[in-house]
Amino acid sequence: MESLPADIWQPVRLTIELAAITTVILLFVGTPIAWWLARSKAWWKEAVAALVAMPLVLPPTVLGFYLLVLLGPNGPGGQIASLWGARTLAFTFEGLVIASVLYSMPFVVQPIRNAFAAIGDRPLEVAATLRASPRRAFWTVAVPLARPGFLTGAVLGFAHTVGEFGVVLMIGGNIPGETKVLSVAIYDYVETSQWREANILAAGMLVFAFAVILTMTLIEKRVARVGA
Amino acid sequence: MTPSGLVRLALGVALASLIGSNALAAQTNVAVAANFTDAAKEIAAAFKQKTGHDVVLSFGSSGQLYNQISQDAPFQIMLSADDERPKKLVQDGLGVQGSTFTYAIGKLVLWSKSPDVVKGDATLKDSKFAKLSIANPTAAPYGAAAIETLKALKIYETLEPKIVQGNSIAQAFQFIDTGNAELGFIALSQLAGNTSGSRWLVPQELYTPIRQDAVLLKKGASNEAATGFMTFLKGPEARAIIEKFGYASGGQS
Repeated sequence: MESLPADIWQPVRLTIELAAITTVILLFVGTPIAWWLARSKAWWKEAVAALVAMPLVLPPTVLGFYLLVLLGPNGPGGQIASLWGARTLAFTFEGLVIASVLYSMPFVVQPIRNAFAAIGDRPLEVAATLRASPRRAFWTVAVPLARPGFLTGAVLGFAHTVGEFGVVLMIGGNIPGETKVLSVAIYDYVETSQWREANILAAGMLVFAFAVILTMTLIEKRVARVGA
Repeated sequence: MTPSGLVRLALGVALASLIGSNALAAQTNVAVAANFTDAAKEIAAAFKQKTGHDVVLSFGSSGQLYNQISQDAPFQIMLSADDERPKKLVQDGLGVQGSTFTYAIGKLVLWSKSPDVVKGDATLKDSKFAKLSIANPTAAPYGAAAIETLKALKIYETLEPKIVQGNSIAQAFQFIDTGNAELGFIALSQLAGNTSGSRWLVPQELYTPIRQDAVLLKKGASNEAATGFMTFLKGPEARAIIEKFGYASGGQS
């Protein structure tokens, strides 16, 4: 049996790093957005919700195209990159993180928003009568009650970032250890007829996807049981 | 006549006219290596004008197209960017024996969108840039030629960290065109009619000539549009277009 190329696991490591960082950022950025969407009475909040949900409908090529322009030297990304003397955020790990945060945002925000909405006003009103400050009520009442939503959001955000392909292909430049993530590596192996390597990674993805979906179902089941 | 009978008659007439028009003007699906995109469009238009046959073009890297054909993609001709893959298709039993010929010889060019950036191989040796765009060398022959050039100039090791890869030569161009890479190796044909920026035509002795071969696939062997297009591609009209786009037209092989 031929030995595997030594660098076959590098895309796996890189992908896990990208997905983990993206998920952490999304939990920080997405939670206030989800909270506001669940609680606000502003008439335009559904417009914001629609904006967040747009990557669900858009082809990745739309995001890839605009990001390639925006991250480049004539866009804001180029200006940020010029702070450390680079000229573009495309072809960088940081650029992929920006893209992934945008792309995976609905998968994190929506479950958390739903979980916050499901709490209703009552527990927070009770907390208020017990003289809990809104901040304290948020951390000690809302967040624990919404835990399944956070869990679902984190799992989906992570999984969806792992599954990202089109955007990365368009802005990544296929650089090993920097932007050559799992999905792109598989594509590369297929395109260059290295089907054995492609098979190993692709079969791994099948197992991963199955595990994610099973985990999600089990979380939901457990939540339903606890709630009953 | 009942209404449903009328509908059936109308459908029959529509179908018959469709079949009739197909008999006059056939259609062929052609897989085209990305570097030949613009030339292929122009040749297809000239072919359509002359024969009435439609040519439906699909573009991609040669590696990608080869894989699709080996998995039974509905292409009848492949215009590759190399002479290996057409040969392999014939060996695989997918291409028609004896149908391959060199339709163009490609030229590699180092290009930047900004004037005064590219000044010959010195630009590469000075290495005053962040990103050098090339096509994926394992899937696209122009990418392989770029690597060969860098190795011939003995600067591959130093420049390797700066290389970004487009999935095809079209994407390598797009990385430069959007300014994300300052310069890169592309096909001269991609700059046809474009005088912007700065460029260096890579001397032929630095890389193996990019012989681009066409192959008639078995799916197209009995399609008159496909066989007609293969003949047209060898003819003077097609050659004039090919040369206009910066290729040397191939000696037959």
